[in-house]
Amino acid sequence: MSESDTEPARRGFLAGALALIVGAGAVAAPLLSGLAVLLDPLRRRRDDTPLIQVTNLGVLPADGVPRKFTVRTDRTDAWNTYRDSPVGAVYIRRTPESVVAHNVVCPHAGCFVGLAPDGNGFRCPCHKSSFDLDGSVNDPASPAPRGMDSLDVEVRNGDEVWVRFQNFRPGQAEKTPV
Amino acid sequence: MEAPAKLLQWLDDRTGYRRLLRLALYESIPGGARWRYVWGSTLTFAIGVQFITGFVLWAAYSPNAAGAWESVYYIQTQMWGGWVLRGIHHYTAQVTIVLLALHLLQVVVDGAYRAPREVNFWFGLGLLFVVLGLSLTGYLLPWDQKGYWATKVATSIAAISPVIGPALQQALVGGAEYGHHTLTRFFALHAGLLPAVLVGLIVAHIYLFRRHGVTVKEPFRGPDGKFWPDQVLRDAIACLAVMAVVMGLVFWRSGAHLGAPADPTEPYAAARPEWYFMFLFQWLKYFPSGMEVLGAIIVPTVVVGLVAAMPILGQWKRGEHASRALAFGVVAAIGLLTWQAYAQDGADPDFRLAREQAEAAAHRATVLAESPDGIPAAGALALLRTDPLTQGPRIFAENCASCHTFQGHDGLGTPPTEDPSASDLHRFASREWLEGLLDPDRIATLEYFGGTEHRRGRMARYVQRGIALFDEESQLQLASVVKALSAEAELPYQSDQDDADAAEIVEGRRLIQTEAMRCTECHEFQGIVEERRGPSLTGYGSRAWMLRMVTDPTHPELYGDNNDRMPSFGPEGILTQEQMGLVIDWLREDWYRPDSP
Repeated sequence: MSESDTEPARRGFLAGALALIVGAGAVAAPLLSGLAVLLDPLRRRRDDTPLIQVTNLGVLPADGVPRKFTVRTDRTDAWNTYRDSPVGAVYIRRTPESVVAHNVVCPHAGCFVGLAPDGNGFRCPCHKSSFDLDGSVNDPASPAPRGMDSLDVEVRNGDEVWVRFQNFRPGQAEKTPV
Repeated sequence: MEAPAKLLQWLDDRTGYRRLLRLALYESIPGGARWRYVWGSTLTFAIGVQFITGFVLWAAYSPNAAGAWESVYYIQTQMWGGWVLRGIHHYTAQVTIVLLALHLLQVVVDGAYRAPREVNFWFGLGLLFVVLGLSLTGYLLPWDQKGYWATKVATSIAAISPVIGPALQQALVGGAEYGHHTLTRFFALHAGLLPAVLVGLIVAHIYLFRRHGVTVKEPFRGPDGKFWPDQVLRDAIACLAVMAVVMGLVFWRSGAHLGAPADPTEPYAAARPEWYFMFLFQWLKYFPSGMEVLGAIIVPTVVVGLVAAMPILGQWKRGEHASRALAFGVVAAIGLLTWQAYAQDGADPDFRLAREQAEAAAHRATVLAESPDGIPAAGALALLRTDPLTQGPRIFAENCASCHTFQGHDGLGTPPTEDPSASDLHRFASREWLEGLLDPDRIATLEYFGGTEHRRGRMARYVQRGIALFDEESQLQLASVVKALSAEAELPYQSDQDDADAAEIVEGRRLIQTEAMRCTECHEFQGIVEERRGPSLTGYGSRAWMLRMVTDPTHPELYGDNNDRMPSFGPEGILTQEQMGLVIDWLREDWYRPDSP
C-alpha cells in the first residue's frame, strides 16, 4: 500500500471519529437532562412510613370477621399535597390473640380484593385468587404469588388501632415495599 | 400557456412533484384492481382518523389526576359533538385492531412475508405493537375506574418482567403510586412518542410496499391496472364502509363509555381490560403462583418470536404451512380465551352486580357534575365522596347490614345469608313503613321486630293485642296518628303529602297524646310521657333524630336500657359524623336530583 493511499483514509477516519464525538457533545446536554427527568420517578419512594390511626378496637367484631377501612393521611401527588385524604384501604381483623391488617390490593396484579361471598376469606374479582381470612393463599390454582400483604399494627392507649400503611410490589413472591 | 399551468410548471420545475404524483397514483397492479388489496388503505385511513380526532380531543383534554376525568366528562357531555368525536376515536381504535388482525392474517395466509418482503413484515409487526401500545395508554387517559384498574393490572404485569420489570413499571407509572405523573407520561406516550413512531413505521412500510409492489393473487382476473383510479375507488369504498361501521357503533352504544372517576380506595370488582385484551386477562387465570412469568411474559414472547420468524421459516414449504397453522392456532386460542372470559363473567352474579354498581356510579358522577354546583377544583371524586346516594349504600352494607336490611338486601343488592336481626330500613319512618310497624300481622315479621328482642316486647304486644282489636273509628284515628308521626320525619319525598294533609296531621298530633292511642304511656311526644320505655317520638325519623339514634341508641331519650344490640356508632368510633350523615341522608332519600328526570 502506498503512502498516498492511506493518508486520505486515515484522515477520513479521524474526521469521522471527530464528527461522532463532536455530535455526541452537542446532544449530550439535552439527552442527559431528558433522561434525568424521565428517570426521576425511580428515586421517589417513601423511606419511613409512619403508623396511622385507622380505627378503635371496639369497632372490630370479636368473632374475627374482617372489616374494611379507608386509610386517610396526608398525601402528596407530584405538585399537590392533599391533607387527610384517602390513600388506600385495609382489612382489619381481630382474633382472640391479636389484631391483623392486610392491604386490600391483590399481590398478583393489583386489583381490589373483596370479601368472599360467604365471608370466610377473600377473593380477587379479577383473576380469582382466593385467600384465607389470615391472608394466606387457600386455593393452589390462585395466580397470586404470595398471600395478601399484612401490615404492621400497633394497639396504642388500650384501644387505638394504628397501622403502617404500605403498598407492595405485585407479582412476585417476596414482599417489597414501593 | 395559461397562467395556472405556468405556475404548476414552475412548481414542478422546483419540486418535481409530478413525478412523485405519478409514482403515487400510477403504480401498476398486475391483474388489475381487486377488493382483496384494500386492507392496507383502510388501515392508513383509520390511523388518519385517529390523528385528526385525537388532535381535537387533545385540544380539550387535561392530563392530571384532578382534571382528566373532568375534561373528558366535559368533552363528552358539554361540548358540541363531543360524544360523537370521542366515540369515533374510541371505536376507530377498536376497528383498527380488527383490521390489523385481518391484514396480518391475510399476509400470513398468502405467504406475503417471503423474500423480498421480510423487513416489511417486521415493520408491520412493529405497527401492530405500536397500535396495541396506543390502545393501552389511551385506555387510562379518561382516568375513570375502568381505565384506572385495568391499567393498574397492565403495569403490574410489566413489573414482573425479569430484571428491569420494577424499574420499568415505576418509570412508566411516574412514581411509586398512580397519580398526576402517570397521566402526564401515558399522555406523552399516547399523543407524542407512539404516534411519531407510528408515522415513521407507516412511511417505511408503504415505501417498502411500493418498492416490492403488491403481493399479487393469481390467477389474474383481468389485464394489469393502475392504482388510480380503479384501486383508489375500491379503497375509498372500503374506507367508507369502515367509517360506517364506526358510526354504527358510536350511535348504537351512544358514544364511548365514561365510568366513575378513578378512586384507589373504592373497590372496583368490574375491572376488565378492553375486549381485545380479554384473552390475556383470561390466560393469566391459568397460571398459578410461581408460573405467572411463564404465562404473562414467556409464552407471549415465544409466540411473538415465532410470528416474527415466519419470513425465515417460510422459505421452506413446511415452514410456510407451519406459519399458517400457527396463525390459525393463535386466532383460535384467542377466540376461545375471549369467549371463556365473557362466558365466565356472564355466569358470575357477583360480576353482574359489580357491573351494575359501576354503571350506577358512572351515571351518578355525571349527574353530580352537571348539578348547579358543578365540579370543584379538587376534582369530581369529591362529588361522589360526599354524595349520600353513592356513599349511603356502601356505608350501610359495611356497617348496618349485619343486622338491618334495605328492601331485603344489604343496600348494594346482596341479600343477607342469615335472617336479618333488625328491621328493614327502606323508607324508614314513611307512612307505609309505619303502617307496617303498626300492623298486627307484620310487626313480628323480619321486616320489623321479627329478628329483635322487641318481638316479644311491650310494643309488639300492644300492636298484636291492642291495635288488632281497634274498631273502625280507632282505625281512622290510627291512620291520622301514622300521618302525624311520619310528618315528624320531614321526609323530602313525602313533603307533598305532608303539606296536603296538614289539617289531619295537626289532629294526629293531638291523638298521639290521647289515652286511647296509648303512645305516650311509653314514648315521649312533645314533652309528654308517663314512663320512658321506648324512643322519643318528637321529631321521629327526622335527620336529627336519626343522627342521635345512630350515634347512641342507648341514650335515655331513645332505647335507653331497652336497646337490643345496636352499637353506639358515635362513642365507639365506628362511624364519623360525616359518614352517619351520609347514610341517614341516603335512607331519607335526601340527595341531589336534577330538576328534570
